[in-house]
Amino acid sequence: MNGVHDLGGMHGFGPVVPEPNEPVFHADWERRTFALALATMGTRRVNVDEFRRVIERMPPAAYLATSYYEHWLHAIEALMVEKQIIGRDEIDARLRGDGGLPSELAPPVAAVADEADAALWSNPDTAAASRSSAVALRHNPKFKARFKPGERVIARNLNPEGHTRLPRYVRGHRGVIRHDRGTFVFPDTHARGAGANPQHCYAVEFSARELWGAEHPVRERVYVDLWEAYLLPDEVTAARAKPAPAAPLAGQKIVKTVVAKAPKPQLKKLQAKKSPSKKSRVARPAPIRTTLKRAPAAKSRISKKASKRR
Amino acid sequence: MSDHDHEHDRDEHDHDAHNAPESGPALRVKALEAVLVEKGLVDPAALDAIVDTYEHKVGPRNGARVVARAWTDPAYKRRLLAGDAAAAIAELGYSPGPQGEHMVVLENTPRVHNMVVCTLCSCYPWSVLGLPPVWYKGNAYRSRAVSDPRGVLHDFGLELPADVEIRVWDSSAEIRYMVLPMRPPGTDNLSEEQLAALVTRDSMIGTAIVPPPGR
Repeated sequence: MNGVHDLGGMHGFGPVVPEPNEPVFHADWERRTFALALATMGTRRVNVDEFRRVIERMPPAAYLATSYYEHWLHAIEALMVEKQIIGRDEIDARLRGDGGLPSELAPPVAAVADEADAALWSNPDTAAASRSSAVALRHNPKFKARFKPGERVIARNLNPEGHTRLPRYVRGHRGVIRHDRGTFVFPDTHARGAGANPQHCYAVEFSARELWGAEHPVRERVYVDLWEAYLLPDEVTAARAKPAPAAPLAGQKIVKTVVAKAPKPQLKKLQAKKSPSKKSRVARPAPIRTTLKRAPAAKSRISKKASKRR
Repeated sequence: MSDHDHEHDRDEHDHDAHNAPESGPALRVKALEAVLVEKGLVDPAALDAIVDTYEHKVGPRNGARVVARAWTDPAYKRRLLAGDAAAAIAELGYSPGPQGEHMVVLENTPRVHNMVVCTLCSCYPWSVLGLPPVWYKGNAYRSRAVSDPRGVLHDFGLELPADVEIRVWDSSAEIRYMVLPMRPPGTDNLSEEQLAALVTRDSMIGTAIVPPPGR
Protein backbone atom coordinates (compact mmCIF):
# COMPACT_ATOMS: atom_id res chain seq x y z
CA MET A 1 0.00 0.00 0.00
CA ASN A 2 1.04 3.60 -0.51
CA GLY A 3 1.71 4.02 3.18
CA VAL A 4 3.79 6.41 5.18
CA HIS A 5 6.23 3.57 5.91
CA ASP A 6 7.44 3.86 2.30
CA LEU A 7 9.89 6.62 3.16
CA GLY A 8 12.50 6.49 0.40
CA GLY A 9 13.05 9.97 -1.06
CA MET A 10 10.80 11.86 1.35
CA HIS A 11 11.96 15.21 2.69
CA GLY A 12 11.60 16.97 5.99
CA PHE A 13 12.84 14.48 8.57
CA GLY A 14 15.99 16.44 9.30
CA PRO A 15 19.52 15.16 9.81
CA VAL A 16 20.44 11.66 10.95
CA VAL A 17 21.44 11.90 14.60
CA PRO A 18 23.34 8.86 15.87
CA GLU A 19 23.20 8.20 19.60
CA PRO A 20 26.65 7.62 21.14
CA ASN A 21 27.04 4.34 23.03
CA GLU A 22 23.49 3.36 22.25
CA PRO A 23 22.10 0.43 24.26
CA VAL A 24 20.44 -2.47 22.44
CA PHE A 25 17.11 -1.65 24.11
CA HIS A 26 16.05 1.63 25.70
CA ALA A 27 13.39 0.24 27.99
CA ASP A 28 12.26 -3.07 29.36
CA TRP A 29 9.01 -3.02 27.40
CA GLU A 30 11.11 -2.89 24.23
CA ARG A 31 12.85 -6.11 25.30
CA ARG A 32 9.55 -7.87 25.93
CA THR A 33 8.02 -6.57 22.69
CA PHE A 34 10.97 -7.75 20.63
CA ALA A 35 10.96 -11.16 22.25
CA LEU A 36 7.18 -11.55 21.93
CA ALA A 37 7.39 -10.75 18.23
CA LEU A 38 10.05 -13.40 17.63
CA ALA A 39 8.28 -15.93 19.79
CA THR A 40 4.90 -15.47 18.11
CA MET A 41 6.51 -15.72 14.67
CA GLY A 42 8.32 -18.80 15.92
CA THR A 43 4.98 -20.49 16.53
CA ARG A 44 4.37 -20.21 12.78
CA ARG A 45 0.98 -18.63 13.46
CA VAL A 46 2.20 -15.32 12.10
CA ASN A 47 4.56 -14.63 9.21
CA VAL A 48 6.83 -11.66 8.74
CA ASP A 49 4.92 -10.36 5.73
CA GLU A 50 1.70 -10.25 7.74
CA PHE A 51 3.64 -8.53 10.50
CA ARG A 52 4.74 -5.81 8.08
CA ARG A 53 1.26 -5.54 6.57
CA VAL A 54 -0.36 -4.58 9.86
CA ILE A 55 2.37 -2.06 10.68
CA GLU A 56 1.83 -0.43 7.29
CA ARG A 57 -1.89 -0.19 7.98
CA MET A 58 -1.33 2.02 11.02
CA PRO A 59 -2.82 5.48 10.43
CA PRO A 60 0.04 7.59 8.99
CA ALA A 61 -0.05 10.13 11.84
CA ALA A 62 0.10 7.35 14.42
CA TYR A 63 2.95 5.62 12.59
CA LEU A 64 5.06 8.78 12.62
CA ALA A 65 4.22 9.61 16.22
CA THR A 66 5.26 6.23 17.63
CA SER A 67 8.56 4.42 17.97
CA TYR A 68 9.84 1.33 16.20
CA TYR A 69 8.96 -1.07 19.00
CA GLU A 70 5.55 0.55 19.41
CA HIS A 71 4.96 -0.44 15.78
CA TRP A 72 5.98 -3.97 16.69
CA LEU A 73 3.70 -4.05 19.71
CA HIS A 74 0.82 -2.85 17.58
CA ALA A 75 1.60 -5.57 15.03
CA ILE A 76 1.57 -8.42 17.54
CA GLU A 77 -1.68 -7.22 19.14
CA ALA A 78 -3.36 -6.63 15.79
CA LEU A 79 -2.37 -10.00 14.33
CA MET A 80 -3.24 -12.01 17.43
CA VAL A 81 -6.66 -10.41 17.46
CA GLU A 82 -7.16 -10.63 13.67
CA LYS A 83 -6.33 -14.33 13.73
CA GLN A 84 -8.62 -14.80 16.72
CA ILE A 85 -5.78 -16.30 18.71
CA ILE A 86 -6.64 -13.90 21.51
CA GLY A 87 -9.50 -11.47 22.02
CA ARG A 88 -9.16 -7.72 22.34
CA ASP A 89 -11.31 -8.06 25.46
CA GLU A 90 -8.72 -10.36 26.99
CA ILE A 91 -6.01 -7.72 26.59
CA ASP A 92 -8.37 -5.04 27.91
CA ALA A 93 -9.16 -7.16 30.95
CA ARG A 94 -5.47 -7.39 31.72
CA LEU A 95 -5.05 -3.65 31.23
CA ARG A 96 -7.81 -3.08 33.80
CA GLY A 97 -5.91 -5.28 36.19
CA ASP A 98 -8.22 -8.31 36.04
CA GLY A 99 -5.71 -11.12 36.14
CA GLY A 100 -2.17 -11.77 37.24
CA LEU A 101 1.15 -10.68 35.88
CA PRO A 102 3.08 -13.11 33.66
CA SER A 103 5.19 -14.38 36.53
CA GLU A 104 2.09 -15.48 38.46
CA LEU A 105 0.68 -17.58 35.68
CA ALA A 106 0.74 -21.29 35.08
CA PRO A 107 3.93 -22.80 33.67
CA PRO A 108 4.13 -22.97 29.87
CA VAL A 109 3.58 -25.98 27.69
CA ALA A 110 6.94 -27.54 26.86
CA ALA A 111 6.19 -27.91 23.16
CA VAL A 112 5.50 -24.22 22.88
CA ALA A 113 8.82 -23.39 24.49
CA ASP A 114 10.48 -25.48 21.79
CA GLU A 115 8.70 -23.51 19.13
CA ALA A 116 9.78 -20.22 20.61
CA ASP A 117 13.26 -21.63 20.72
CA ALA A 118 12.97 -22.38 17.04
CA ALA A 119 12.34 -18.71 16.43
CA LEU A 120 15.85 -18.11 17.62
CA TRP A 121 17.13 -21.06 15.69
CA SER A 122 19.29 -21.89 18.64
CA ASN A 123 18.12 -25.47 18.30
CA PRO A 124 20.59 -26.83 15.71
CA ASP A 125 18.13 -29.30 14.19
CA THR A 126 15.38 -26.76 13.68
CA ALA A 127 17.91 -24.23 12.49
CA ALA A 128 19.26 -26.60 9.88
CA ALA A 129 15.77 -27.57 8.74
CA SER A 130 14.49 -24.00 8.50
CA ARG A 131 17.53 -22.67 6.75
CA SER A 132 17.83 -25.56 4.36
CA SER A 133 14.18 -25.21 3.32
CA ALA A 134 14.67 -21.50 2.63
CA VAL A 135 17.91 -22.19 0.78
CA ALA A 136 16.32 -25.09 -1.07
CA LEU A 137 13.53 -22.84 -2.31
CA ARG A 138 16.02 -20.17 -3.23
CA HIS A 139 17.94 -22.55 -5.48
CA ASN A 140 15.06 -24.75 -6.65
CA PRO A 141 15.54 -25.16 -10.43
CA LYS A 142 11.78 -25.65 -10.85
CA PHE A 143 11.37 -21.89 -10.71
CA LYS A 144 12.75 -20.38 -13.90
CA ALA A 145 14.17 -16.89 -13.99
CA ARG A 146 12.51 -14.55 -16.43
CA PHE A 147 15.43 -12.11 -16.41
CA LYS A 148 19.19 -12.41 -16.62
CA PRO A 149 21.86 -10.12 -15.15
CA GLY A 150 22.48 -7.25 -17.55
CA GLU A 151 18.89 -7.12 -18.82
CA ARG A 152 17.21 -3.75 -18.76
CA VAL A 153 13.92 -3.65 -16.89
CA ILE A 154 11.31 -1.20 -15.78
CA ALA A 155 9.77 -1.31 -12.32
CA ARG A 156 6.02 -1.58 -12.80
CA ASN A 157 3.79 1.23 -11.68
CA LEU A 158 1.79 -0.81 -9.18
CA ASN A 159 -0.23 0.72 -6.38
CA PRO A 160 -1.77 -2.20 -4.52
CA GLU A 161 -3.82 -1.46 -1.43
CA GLY A 162 -2.26 -4.44 0.28
CA HIS A 163 1.30 -5.16 1.32
CA THR A 164 4.05 -4.81 -1.27
CA ARG A 165 7.83 -4.56 -1.21
CA LEU A 166 7.99 -2.41 -4.33
CA PRO A 167 9.03 1.01 -3.02
CA ARG A 168 7.27 4.00 -4.55
CA TYR A 169 10.49 5.73 -5.52
CA VAL A 170 11.40 3.09 -8.12
CA ARG A 171 7.95 2.62 -9.68
CA GLY A 172 7.95 3.43 -13.38
CA HIS A 173 11.73 3.78 -13.43
CA ARG A 174 14.24 2.00 -15.61
CA GLY A 175 16.99 -0.13 -14.19
CA VAL A 176 19.30 -3.01 -14.96
CA ILE A 177 19.24 -6.50 -13.45
CA ARG A 178 22.55 -6.91 -11.65
CA HIS A 179 22.04 -10.10 -9.64
CA ASP A 180 19.52 -12.91 -9.65
CA ARG A 181 19.03 -13.56 -5.92
CA GLY A 182 17.15 -16.81 -6.47
CA THR A 183 13.56 -17.78 -5.62
CA PHE A 184 11.73 -16.38 -2.61
CA VAL A 185 8.21 -16.33 -1.22
CA PHE A 186 6.27 -13.43 -2.75
CA PRO A 187 5.32 -11.02 0.06
CA ASP A 188 2.34 -9.41 -1.66
CA THR A 189 0.33 -12.64 -1.56
CA HIS A 190 1.96 -14.18 1.51
CA ALA A 191 1.01 -11.14 3.60
CA ARG A 192 -2.71 -11.70 3.03
CA GLY A 193 -2.78 -15.47 3.29
CA ALA A 194 -3.05 -15.86 -0.49
CA GLY A 195 -0.13 -18.23 -0.92
CA ALA A 196 3.65 -18.23 -1.11
CA ASN A 197 3.74 -17.71 -4.89
CA PRO A 198 7.53 -18.22 -5.03
CA GLN A 199 9.41 -16.37 -7.75
CA HIS A 200 12.82 -14.97 -8.56
CA CYS A 201 13.98 -11.79 -6.93
CA TYR A 202 16.66 -9.58 -8.47
CA ALA A 203 19.00 -6.82 -7.37
CA VAL A 204 18.03 -4.07 -9.79
CA GLU A 205 20.39 -1.15 -10.31
CA PHE A 206 18.95 2.34 -10.77
CA SER A 207 21.08 5.39 -11.43
CA ALA A 208 20.49 8.27 -9.04
CA ARG A 209 19.72 10.46 -12.08
CA GLU A 210 17.04 8.05 -13.23
CA LEU A 211 15.38 8.15 -9.83
CA TRP A 212 15.97 11.70 -8.69
CA GLY A 213 16.68 13.78 -11.75
CA ALA A 214 19.48 15.20 -13.84
CA GLU A 215 20.89 17.31 -11.04
CA HIS A 216 22.05 14.22 -9.19
CA PRO A 217 25.64 12.99 -9.28
CA VAL A 218 26.51 10.51 -12.00
CA ARG A 219 28.53 8.38 -9.62
CA GLU A 220 25.58 7.36 -7.50
CA ARG A 221 23.47 4.25 -7.83
CA VAL A 222 20.68 2.64 -5.86
CA TYR A 223 20.14 -1.14 -5.76
CA VAL A 224 16.74 -2.50 -4.85
CA ASP A 225 15.83 -6.19 -4.53
CA LEU A 226 12.66 -6.65 -6.58
CA TRP A 227 10.50 -9.70 -7.16
CA GLU A 228 9.81 -10.73 -10.75
CA ALA A 229 6.16 -9.63 -10.65
CA TYR A 230 7.34 -6.07 -10.01
CA LEU A 231 9.33 -5.95 -13.24
CA LEU A 232 8.79 -5.66 -16.97
CA PRO A 233 11.38 -5.85 -19.73
CA ASP A 234 12.46 -2.37 -20.74
CA GLU A 235 11.89 -3.15 -24.45
CA VAL A 236 8.18 -2.75 -23.82
CA THR A 237 8.74 0.89 -23.06
CA ALA A 238 11.10 1.25 -26.01
CA ALA A 239 8.53 -0.27 -28.38
CA ARG A 240 5.77 1.88 -26.94
CA ALA A 241 7.92 4.97 -27.40
CA LYS A 242 8.46 4.18 -31.08
CA PRO A 243 5.04 4.72 -32.71
CA ALA A 244 3.98 7.41 -30.26
CA PRO A 245 7.09 9.21 -29.04
CA ALA A 246 5.12 11.59 -26.84
CA ALA A 247 3.96 9.04 -24.30
CA PRO A 248 6.32 9.17 -21.35
CA LEU A 249 5.32 7.67 -18.06
CA ALA A 250 4.11 10.14 -15.49
CA GLY A 251 7.00 12.06 -14.01
CA GLN A 252 9.49 10.57 -16.44
CA LYS A 253 10.17 13.46 -18.78
CA ILE A 254 13.89 13.86 -18.13
CA VAL A 255 14.49 10.16 -18.05
CA LYS A 256 12.68 9.58 -21.28
CA THR A 257 14.87 11.92 -23.27
CA VAL A 258 17.97 10.29 -21.85
CA VAL A 259 16.91 6.74 -22.57
CA ALA A 260 15.28 7.42 -25.93
CA LYS A 261 18.66 8.43 -27.37
CA ALA A 262 20.16 4.99 -27.26
CA PRO A 263 17.49 2.61 -28.51
CA LYS A 264 16.22 4.81 -31.33
CA PRO A 265 18.67 3.73 -34.04
CA GLN A 266 17.93 0.12 -33.11
CA LEU A 267 14.21 0.34 -33.44
CA LYS A 268 14.06 -0.10 -37.21
CA LYS A 269 16.13 -3.25 -37.04
CA LEU A 270 13.99 -4.33 -34.16
CA GLN A 271 10.90 -4.05 -36.30
CA ALA A 272 12.53 -5.85 -39.20
CA LYS A 273 13.48 -8.79 -37.02
CA LYS A 274 10.09 -9.18 -35.49
CA SER A 275 9.14 -12.46 -37.11
CA PRO A 276 12.38 -14.37 -36.45
CA SER A 277 12.11 -13.33 -32.84
CA LYS A 278 8.76 -15.03 -32.45
CA LYS A 279 10.26 -18.34 -31.53
CA SER A 280 12.24 -17.02 -28.62
CA ARG A 281 9.27 -15.03 -27.47
CA VAL A 282 7.21 -18.16 -27.22
CA ALA A 283 9.94 -20.00 -25.39
CA ARG A 284 9.96 -17.50 -22.56
CA PRO A 285 7.31 -16.89 -19.92
CA ALA A 286 4.67 -14.46 -21.13
CA PRO A 287 5.04 -10.85 -20.05
CA ILE A 288 2.71 -9.85 -17.29
CA ARG A 289 -0.54 -8.44 -18.65
CA THR A 290 0.79 -6.45 -21.50
CA THR A 291 -0.51 -6.43 -25.02
CA LEU A 292 2.69 -4.95 -26.35
CA LYS A 293 5.00 -7.32 -28.14
CA ARG A 294 8.47 -7.96 -26.92
CA ALA A 295 11.37 -8.20 -29.29
CA PRO A 296 14.11 -10.23 -27.60
CA ALA A 297 16.26 -10.23 -30.76
CA ALA A 298 17.05 -6.57 -30.33
CA LYS A 299 17.53 -6.79 -26.62
CA SER A 300 21.16 -7.75 -26.37
CA ARG A 301 22.19 -4.98 -28.71
CA ILE A 302 20.26 -2.42 -26.73
CA SER A 303 21.65 -3.51 -23.45
CA LYS A 304 25.18 -3.63 -24.84
CA LYS A 305 24.78 -0.10 -26.06
CA ALA A 306 23.20 0.91 -22.81
CA SER A 307 25.96 -0.55 -20.70
CA LYS A 308 28.52 1.25 -22.83
CA ARG A 309 26.84 4.49 -21.91
CA ARG A 310 26.99 3.81 -18.24
CA MET B 1 22.45 4.48 30.61
CA SER B 2 23.24 1.23 28.97
CA ASP B 3 24.74 -0.58 31.96
CA HIS B 4 22.20 0.88 34.29
CA ASP B 5 19.42 -0.26 32.06
CA HIS B 6 20.79 -3.73 31.64
CA GLU B 7 20.93 -4.32 35.35
CA HIS B 8 17.23 -3.82 35.74
CA ASP B 9 15.14 -6.77 36.51
CA ARG B 10 12.10 -6.69 34.30
CA ASP B 11 9.79 -6.20 37.26
CA GLU B 12 11.76 -3.41 38.90
CA HIS B 13 11.67 -0.68 36.34
CA ASP B 14 8.76 1.52 37.26
CA HIS B 15 10.93 4.51 38.15
CA ASP B 16 12.50 4.46 34.69
CA ALA B 17 11.03 7.26 32.58
CA HIS B 18 10.60 4.91 29.61
CA ASN B 19 8.67 2.53 31.78
CA ALA B 20 6.52 4.82 33.84
CA PRO B 21 3.48 2.78 34.93
CA GLU B 22 1.09 5.04 33.06
CA SER B 23 3.07 4.81 29.81
CA GLY B 24 1.07 2.94 27.21
CA PRO B 25 3.45 0.43 25.70
CA ALA B 26 4.87 -0.81 29.02
CA LEU B 27 1.39 -1.70 30.25
CA ARG B 28 0.21 -3.04 26.92
CA VAL B 29 3.12 -5.40 26.43
CA LYS B 30 2.62 -6.74 29.95
CA ALA B 31 -1.04 -7.38 29.25
CA LEU B 32 -0.27 -8.99 25.92
CA GLU B 33 2.43 -11.22 27.37
CA ALA B 34 0.13 -12.24 30.20
CA VAL B 35 -2.62 -13.34 27.82
CA LEU B 36 -0.23 -15.18 25.49
CA VAL B 37 1.44 -16.96 28.40
CA GLU B 38 -1.91 -17.88 29.90
CA LYS B 39 -2.89 -19.53 26.65
CA GLY B 40 0.38 -21.43 26.52
CA LEU B 41 1.44 -19.67 23.32
CA VAL B 42 4.69 -18.27 24.63
CA ASP B 43 7.05 -19.21 27.43
CA PRO B 44 8.45 -16.36 29.53
CA ALA B 45 11.73 -18.26 29.85
CA ALA B 46 12.00 -18.43 26.07
CA LEU B 47 11.37 -14.68 25.93
CA ASP B 48 14.18 -14.15 28.43
CA ALA B 49 16.47 -16.30 26.28
CA ILE B 50 15.63 -14.27 23.17
CA VAL B 51 16.36 -11.00 24.95
CA ASP B 52 19.61 -12.36 26.36
CA THR B 53 20.76 -13.54 22.94
CA TYR B 54 20.21 -10.19 21.24
CA GLU B 55 21.39 -8.10 24.14
CA HIS B 56 24.54 -10.04 24.95
CA LYS B 57 25.47 -12.62 22.34
CA VAL B 58 24.69 -11.26 18.90
CA GLY B 59 26.12 -7.89 17.95
CA PRO B 60 28.55 -5.99 15.75
CA ARG B 61 31.53 -7.80 17.29
CA ASN B 62 30.43 -10.79 15.19
CA GLY B 63 30.61 -8.76 12.01
CA ALA B 64 33.92 -7.23 13.06
CA ARG B 65 35.45 -10.69 13.31
CA VAL B 66 34.15 -11.54 9.85
CA VAL B 67 35.74 -8.34 8.50
CA ALA B 68 39.07 -8.99 10.22
CA ARG B 69 39.16 -12.53 8.86
CA ALA B 70 38.42 -11.26 5.35
CA TRP B 71 41.25 -8.72 5.67
CA THR B 72 43.75 -11.37 6.68
CA ASP B 73 42.67 -14.46 4.75
CA PRO B 74 42.25 -13.96 0.97
CA ALA B 75 40.60 -17.36 0.46
CA TYR B 76 38.05 -16.54 3.17
CA LYS B 77 37.41 -13.16 1.58
CA ARG B 78 36.70 -14.86 -1.75
CA ARG B 79 34.21 -17.22 -0.14
CA LEU B 80 32.59 -14.30 1.67
CA LEU B 81 32.22 -12.10 -1.41
CA ALA B 82 31.70 -14.57 -4.21
CA GLY B 83 30.29 -17.63 -2.52
CA ASP B 84 27.51 -18.16 0.02
CA ALA B 85 28.25 -15.35 2.48
CA ALA B 86 25.99 -16.88 5.14
CA ALA B 87 28.06 -20.08 4.98
CA ALA B 88 31.33 -18.12 5.19
CA ILE B 89 29.98 -16.23 8.20
CA ALA B 90 28.90 -19.52 9.78
CA GLU B 91 32.53 -20.71 9.50
CA LEU B 92 33.30 -18.33 12.35
CA GLY B 93 30.60 -19.89 14.49
CA TYR B 94 27.79 -17.42 13.80
CA SER B 95 24.79 -19.47 12.81
CA PRO B 96 22.60 -17.89 10.16
CA GLY B 97 19.67 -17.18 12.47
CA PRO B 98 16.76 -14.85 11.70
CA GLN B 99 17.72 -11.98 9.40
CA GLY B 100 20.96 -13.69 8.50
CA GLU B 101 19.82 -16.54 6.28
CA HIS B 102 20.57 -14.86 2.97
CA MET B 103 23.64 -12.68 3.31
CA VAL B 104 25.49 -10.63 0.74
CA VAL B 105 28.72 -8.84 1.63
CA LEU B 106 29.62 -5.69 -0.31
CA GLU B 107 33.28 -4.71 -0.61
CA ASN B 108 34.26 -1.07 -0.30
CA THR B 109 37.24 0.00 -2.41
CA PRO B 110 38.99 3.30 -3.13
CA ARG B 111 36.56 3.71 -6.06
CA VAL B 112 33.29 2.33 -4.68
CA HIS B 113 31.60 3.02 -1.37
CA ASN B 114 28.60 0.86 -0.45
CA MET B 115 26.00 1.74 2.16
CA VAL B 116 22.92 -0.15 3.31
CA VAL B 117 19.41 1.00 4.19
CA CYS B 118 15.89 -0.41 4.44
CA THR B 119 13.50 2.31 3.31
CA LEU B 120 10.33 0.25 3.91
CA CYS B 121 11.01 -0.96 7.45
CA SER B 122 14.38 -1.64 9.05
CA CYS B 123 15.79 -4.87 7.63
CA TYR B 124 19.24 -5.44 9.03
CA PRO B 125 21.73 -8.34 9.18
CA TRP B 126 21.07 -9.41 12.77
CA SER B 127 23.41 -12.39 12.72
CA VAL B 128 26.48 -10.21 12.14
CA LEU B 129 25.47 -6.77 13.45
CA GLY B 130 22.86 -7.51 16.11
CA LEU B 131 19.79 -5.30 16.29
CA PRO B 132 19.84 -1.99 14.43
CA PRO B 133 20.49 1.35 16.14
CA VAL B 134 17.65 3.84 16.45
CA TRP B 135 18.98 6.05 13.65
CA TYR B 136 18.93 3.12 11.20
CA LYS B 137 15.24 2.60 12.02
CA GLY B 138 14.51 6.33 11.95
CA ASN B 139 12.66 8.34 9.34
CA ALA B 140 15.61 10.62 8.52
CA TYR B 141 17.95 7.81 7.49
CA ARG B 142 15.31 5.73 5.76
CA SER B 143 14.06 8.68 3.69
CA ARG B 144 17.37 10.24 2.71
CA ALA B 145 19.84 7.38 2.32
CA VAL B 146 18.57 6.59 -1.18
CA SER B 147 18.12 10.15 -2.44
CA ASP B 148 20.95 12.01 -0.67
CA PRO B 149 23.58 9.50 0.44
CA ARG B 150 26.37 12.08 0.53
CA GLY B 151 24.25 14.30 2.73
CA VAL B 152 23.64 11.39 5.08
CA LEU B 153 27.36 10.58 5.16
CA HIS B 154 27.97 14.23 5.99
CA ASP B 155 25.67 13.79 9.02
CA PHE B 156 28.09 11.06 10.12
CA GLY B 157 31.09 13.33 9.52
CA LEU B 158 32.21 11.40 6.46
CA GLU B 159 33.12 13.26 3.27
CA LEU B 160 34.15 11.04 0.37
CA PRO B 161 36.03 12.28 -2.70
CA ALA B 162 33.70 13.22 -5.57
CA ASP B 163 35.13 10.51 -7.81
CA VAL B 164 34.11 7.74 -5.42
CA GLU B 165 30.98 6.00 -6.66
CA ILE B 166 28.29 5.61 -4.01
CA ARG B 167 26.14 2.51 -4.13
CA VAL B 168 23.14 2.42 -1.84
CA TRP B 169 21.53 -0.98 -1.21
CA ASP B 170 17.88 -0.90 -0.17
CA SER B 171 17.18 -4.17 1.68
CA SER B 172 13.68 -4.42 0.26
CA ALA B 173 13.54 -8.23 0.08
CA GLU B 174 15.16 -11.21 1.84
CA ILE B 175 18.84 -10.49 1.24
CA ARG B 176 20.61 -8.90 4.18
CA TYR B 177 23.66 -6.80 3.39
CA MET B 178 26.86 -6.16 5.27
CA VAL B 179 29.63 -3.87 4.07
CA LEU B 180 33.23 -5.05 4.07
CA PRO B 181 35.01 -1.78 4.84
CA MET B 182 38.50 -0.94 3.58
CA ARG B 183 41.38 -1.99 5.80
CA PRO B 184 42.95 1.18 7.15
CA PRO B 185 46.61 1.98 6.45
CA GLY B 186 49.21 1.30 9.13
CA THR B 187 47.66 -1.99 10.21
CA ASP B 188 50.08 -4.45 8.58
CA ASN B 189 51.44 -5.67 11.89
CA LEU B 190 48.15 -6.06 13.68
CA SER B 191 46.72 -9.45 14.56
CA GLU B 192 43.26 -10.53 13.45
CA GLU B 193 41.93 -9.77 16.94
CA GLN B 194 43.50 -6.30 16.94
CA LEU B 195 42.02 -5.62 13.51
CA ALA B 196 38.57 -6.76 14.66
CA ALA B 197 38.78 -4.28 17.52
CA LEU B 198 39.15 -1.44 15.02
CA VAL B 199 36.02 -2.32 13.05
CA THR B 200 32.97 -0.25 13.95
CA ARG B 201 29.31 -1.10 13.46
CA ASP B 202 28.75 1.93 11.24
CA SER B 203 31.62 0.94 8.94
CA MET B 204 29.75 -2.32 8.27
CA ILE B 205 26.53 -0.42 7.45
CA GLY B 206 28.53 1.91 5.23
CA THR B 207 27.98 5.18 7.08
CA ALA B 208 31.61 5.29 8.27
CA ILE B 209 35.07 4.12 7.30
CA VAL B 210 37.41 2.26 9.64
CA PRO B 211 39.86 4.80 11.03
CA PRO B 212 43.57 3.96 11.30
CA PRO B 213 44.64 2.74 14.75
CA GLY B 214 45.05 5.42 17.40
CA ARG B 215 42.50 7.78 15.86
